[in-house]
Amino acid sequence: MYQIIDAELVAPEVKRFVVAAPQVAAHWHAGQFVILRVDEHGERIPLTVARADTDEGTITLFVQGIGKTTELLNQKEAGDTIADVAGPLGKPSEIENYGTAVVVGGGVGTAIAYPVVAALAAAGNEVIAIVGGRSRDYVLLESELAATGARVIPCTDDGSYGRAGFVTEALAQTIAENAIDVVFAAGPVPMMRAVAETTRPHSIPTIASLNPIMVDGTGMCGGCRVEVGGETLFACVDGPEFDAHLVDFDLLARRNQAYADIESRQLEELRCKLESS
Amino acid sequence: MSEPLTKRERMKLERTEMLERDAGERAHSFDEVNLGFTAEMAKLEAMRCLECARPKCVEGCPVGIQIDEFVRLVADGSIGAAAEVIQRDNLLPAICGRVCPQENQCEGECVLAKKDRPIAVGHLERYVADYVRNEGFERITERPEATGKRVAVIGSGPAGLACAGDLIQSGHEVTVYEALHEPGGVLVYGIPEFRLPKEIVRAEISGLEELGVRFEMNAIIGHTYTLDELLDGNDAVFIGVGAGLPRFLNVPGENLIGVYSANEFLTRVNLMKAYLDTDDTPVLDVTGKTVVVFGGGNTAMDAARTALRLGAEDVRVLYRRTEAEMPARVEEVRHAREEGIIFDFLVSPTELAGADGLLTGLTLQKMELGEPDDSGRRRPQPIAGATDKMAADIAVVAIGNGPNPLLLSTCPELERTRWGTIAVDEETGRTSMEGVFAGGDIVTGGATVILAMGAGRRAAASIEEWLDSGAWEIEATPESA
Repeated sequence: MYQIIDAELVAPEVKRFVVAAPQVAAHWHAGQFVILRVDEHGERIPLTVARADTDEGTITLFVQGIGKTTELLNQKEAGDTIADVAGPLGKPSEIENYGTAVVVGGGVGTAIAYPVVAALAAAGNEVIAIVGGRSRDYVLLESELAATGARVIPCTDDGSYGRAGFVTEALAQTIAENAIDVVFAAGPVPMMRAVAETTRPHSIPTIASLNPIMVDGTGMCGGCRVEVGGETLFACVDGPEFDAHLVDFDLLARRNQAYADIESRQLEELRCKLESS
Repeated sequence: MSEPLTKRERMKLERTEMLERDAGERAHSFDEVNLGFTAEMAKLEAMRCLECARPKCVEGCPVGIQIDEFVRLVADGSIGAAAEVIQRDNLLPAICGRVCPQENQCEGECVLAKKDRPIAVGHLERYVADYVRNEGFERITERPEATGKRVAVIGSGPAGLACAGDLIQSGHEVTVYEALHEPGGVLVYGIPEFRLPKEIVRAEISGLEELGVRFEMNAIIGHTYTLDELLDGNDAVFIGVGAGLPRFLNVPGENLIGVYSANEFLTRVNLMKAYLDTDDTPVLDVTGKTVVVFGGGNTAMDAARTALRLGAEDVRVLYRRTEAEMPARVEEVRHAREEGIIFDFLVSPTELAGADGLLTGLTLQKMELGEPDDSGRRRPQPIAGATDKMAADIAVVAIGNGPNPLLLSTCPELERTRWGTIAVDEETGRTSMEGVFAGGDIVTGGATVILAMGAGRRAAASIEEWLDSGAWEIEATPESA
């Protein structure tokens, strides 16, 4: 059992959890994830670690309640426990001094982008963090990002805060105004695909953190197969970060929908249960 | 007491087969297919043993169980004593009695095998193990004097469990590290409930816990702990992580939704219990659908029979050689057939086709057998121009596993073979790193539960020797040089 030390709602349906997992914290690097199981009947889902505190022995996770498992997680409070937390898994982000780096985070993807921003800044890069959300309430981690020394460009779809419009529009403008050496993207599949298409004409190396469905997360099941440059790779052991210009995002989007029917039914059942209790 | 039977009388007796659940009933149930022996059946079967002076069955057993001795005790009705005899060499008899390929081991060596009715050693082992568990016999939990030595075992599958069992009985402190949330490795994620009830795996593992073995879950070595950290805190490390990287066919369309590796399909159903409403992990609905399984091993049989139980209408095993070359246990193939699984031999998929990202069918290349390959089996080769198309909704790829990179990629100093498996000294299981031993599928490539257990036990003996002598360098002999 893994104890939740702190839990806080940071945006609508998005909760920040600080979880005691000393071994994960001690070995974690930016870009890596954990596999988590809420309870003994739960499924195993991957969640990217936003932060690790080796002194406290904790990891920080941001959870958006979009399915049964994440919704169940978001019912939890400080003092509650999570059945299983295994990791850190996946390869760490390739952090070096590229020069000027742009990190794009969409919605809860900002939590995945945050450690990359921090690591790139620490490695001496000039970092521009473009973070987007539907509206003001959905823009995450702005002050934490700024604290790393990065220049933060918040964007909202409805223009209620920061720059109005999609993150890709801010990215296009940033590319027009600056010499960019590398771009990292984390967020919904359409956003990552749009980022790849924005940087492709400029031949800017672009890395996307992919989020396929996983079971074990250790290379054993192959459920997280992705195609990169025509080659089939396992996101859990070969990734989760890949060259965004080579990723088949259509395939990723389709495979992520494989259980959509079952997932929405489970979520509906859970919500009914929660409402009636 | 009746008079003991003469040899001639014994030879006349027919082999006793276990009771089985009816094929029609079991095809829709995850309950165990085999129902085991009754006391009378066990006794009758054990009485058939000719009590050879030099029992060949013992030689055929990868872990050297004193089969003649325990079978005689069963014939005498001393089941508790029989269990003790088995336990000396095998701490997981309820599992081995169910999943060992006895026909190639103990039973294959039995003198009665020539008459096609070897003693049913597997059934008897299972009977003894189940009997003492169900009757609540006390296990021998006497702890030998503590040696103060500590050993880390990586992986809680058959190799790790067997290794841990031997080491704990020698008085060492043993911790088993498991990457998943439940111990057992392939015994819990791979082999289905209807062939090996998970309750039995749990019982055997809690037996080890009672002996003092510690289990740590969610511990992925190379990630949660490094191998160096384990070496710092222990006197020896055994690597038994299995061959957990599924092979795919490398044909177009393999990433369509509906195409599973056997590992994924079986893990979703076995470990994650996708077939139960109470559990959240989904598996694609196969009700009324056509499922094809590629491969001819036990895993292919397990996947096919699992699909049937999930409600598939039509389940086909597609194998590129013929039935004679199938590596699956004879009993599994028979059970699969009885349940209604169809076998298509000498076919190999060349393309998987889909619509809207979902699998809809496949193209099969017809094969014929050519010259024998390295494995001694005749190599399948395509018949030019002979192809066929068939419709399918779900495909399960059960063609084996390669070595999992999770641990190996973090330990470059660990020497590997050209197949990517860990290079070891065959006799001792020693790797290129001092104090590190390995065994099971991560050394041999995909094999069987009992071979992995045998490797785990040999490594335990070798660890013992190393803890004793502290001498890592093995003197080169002319044979090994």
